[in-house]
Amino acid sequence: MKLDKFIRVVLLLVALSGVSGLALMTAFIFKEGLPLMVRLGVADFIFSSQWYPSEGQFGIAPMIVGSLAVTAGAMVISLVFGLGCAILLTQFCPPRLATGVIKPCIELLAGIPSVVYGFVGVTILVPFIRDYLGGPGLSVLASSIVLGVMVLPTVTSISADALRAVPRSYREGSIALGATEWQTTHMVMLKAAMSGIVAAVILGMGRAVGETMAVIMVAGNPLAMPDSLLSPVRTLTSNIALEMSYAAGDHRKALFATGVTLFVIIMILNTIALAVSRRRARRAGL
Amino acid sequence: MTSARTIAIRALALALASIACLPGCRKNDRRVLSVVGSTSIQPFAEMLAEEYNGRQDELDVEVQGGGSTFGIRAVTDGIAQVGMCSRSLKPEEQFTAISIARDGIAVVVHPTNTVDGLQLAHIRALFSGQVANWRQLGGPDRPVRLITREEGSGTREAFVKLVMGKERISRQALTQESNGAVRELVQHDPAAIGYMSLGLVGQGLKSLKVEGAQPTSQNVINGSYPLVRPFLFVVKGQPTADARKFIDFVLSGEAQGMLEREGLVRAK
Repeated sequence: MKLDKFIRVVLLLVALSGVSGLALMTAFIFKEGLPLMVRLGVADFIFSSQWYPSEGQFGIAPMIVGSLAVTAGAMVISLVFGLGCAILLTQFCPPRLATGVIKPCIELLAGIPSVVYGFVGVTILVPFIRDYLGGPGLSVLASSIVLGVMVLPTVTSISADALRAVPRSYREGSIALGATEWQTTHMVMLKAAMSGIVAAVILGMGRAVGETMAVIMVAGNPLAMPDSLLSPVRTLTSNIALEMSYAAGDHRKALFATGVTLFVIIMILNTIALAVSRRRARRAGL
Repeated sequence: MTSARTIAIRALALALASIACLPGCRKNDRRVLSVVGSTSIQPFAEMLAEEYNGRQDELDVEVQGGGSTFGIRAVTDGIAQVGMCSRSLKPEEQFTAISIARDGIAVVVHPTNTVDGLQLAHIRALFSGQVANWRQLGGPDRPVRLITREEGSGTREAFVKLVMGKERISRQALTQESNGAVRELVQHDPAAIGYMSLGLVGQGLKSLKVEGAQPTSQNVINGSYPLVRPFLFVVKGQPTADARKFIDFVLSGEAQGMLEREGLVRAK
């Protein structure tokens, strides 16, 4: 009994240390970044597009737009391919092929370091876009594709789990009523698994918004606002990583403020997505 | 069973011993001299450090990158004894600076670009975004793709000071975080123009003449090539005895000769 209690306390401490790490980090980022944001005016900081640290001008509008554009592109790509793959794995594919070949291959993608994605992107994808589609090659499109492939394993495996978790009776009932397999899939299975699929998208989005290394390599990182899929772009994360090692004084604080903005954006995205998935789940009666 | 366990325990003991040994018994208790800063100087400093470490057993010189500004901060905070800085010091940076070499900044384009040389005013017009097509400078009909370095880079600050003056670098310019990344882009993009350390240009790029002078060591020495910046070792107050030894080595004729062979120019 005593041992039981002891272990419970130890585990509680371990769990709390993880949470307190998060709390400390949040407090630190806000402490470093927020004063500068308030001094410059939060609206000015967020909506101005003048980023000239040496002149004391800090405006991150193009980077916010950049992060959102790249993430949206990545989610479109990973949703099309990830969800397609999850449907194939759970609905149409012989189980042996699914669990023996396709699933491990996709999970392997998650183990590749991001710098490798960036390198492949910059040596293969970027010249391809430059030669065939125009622009500098380093672009929103290139970043979206690289990020889309990077988050593919997350989106695929979580949506596949969600589809697998739908009770067997749903599928059997639908087939028994005369629906074809595809009708069953998109009218019954996808609807029933929607909350899980939204969760997959949230997690993928979290990774895409926060990814840095691969994006720095393929995005081009100019200060200008991106105006097409082919224009280069600077994201919030790459802004921080590019300039962190050099920054001092207000510049450094502005980078922390960029971090604060990123933090808030991720919180907003997650809250929206969670709310959507809860409402869907309630409506579906699950 | 027992033997497997014994082996496991021995392996563990060995691993622990080697971990414990890491900080202490490296190379017969040499004192460490850390040299930190500019990524432009880093490869040259690493070469010199390797040479220096090999020929005496008192000091272990460790070279790290991070950027000029980072190097200065590291010296200020006492993290490093010596900072590397690839631009002139700003008035508010009160340090002892020792010039260890000079380096040209090469303006580089794709080898197929027909433009051979530019005036400083042209380069300024290009990088501020006023000239948007190579045709305007007698080149092919292609949009200009600017490639710059990130805010705070020594190469960028030297370039801004020497070329741009009060003009800002265009917002459209692609930003890369190292000399290598700039070279990689320019090498593969016929429309690109960038600037980088002359000592690191290498093959596959075309360096432009500036104000009629080829970017060669000779032209840097005789002053006809205008884009030259100092490579500085920076210390707080007086260098420590250890730092003094390494600096003396770097300034020796032999080390200067090594730097020269790598494409740099002797300190004055």
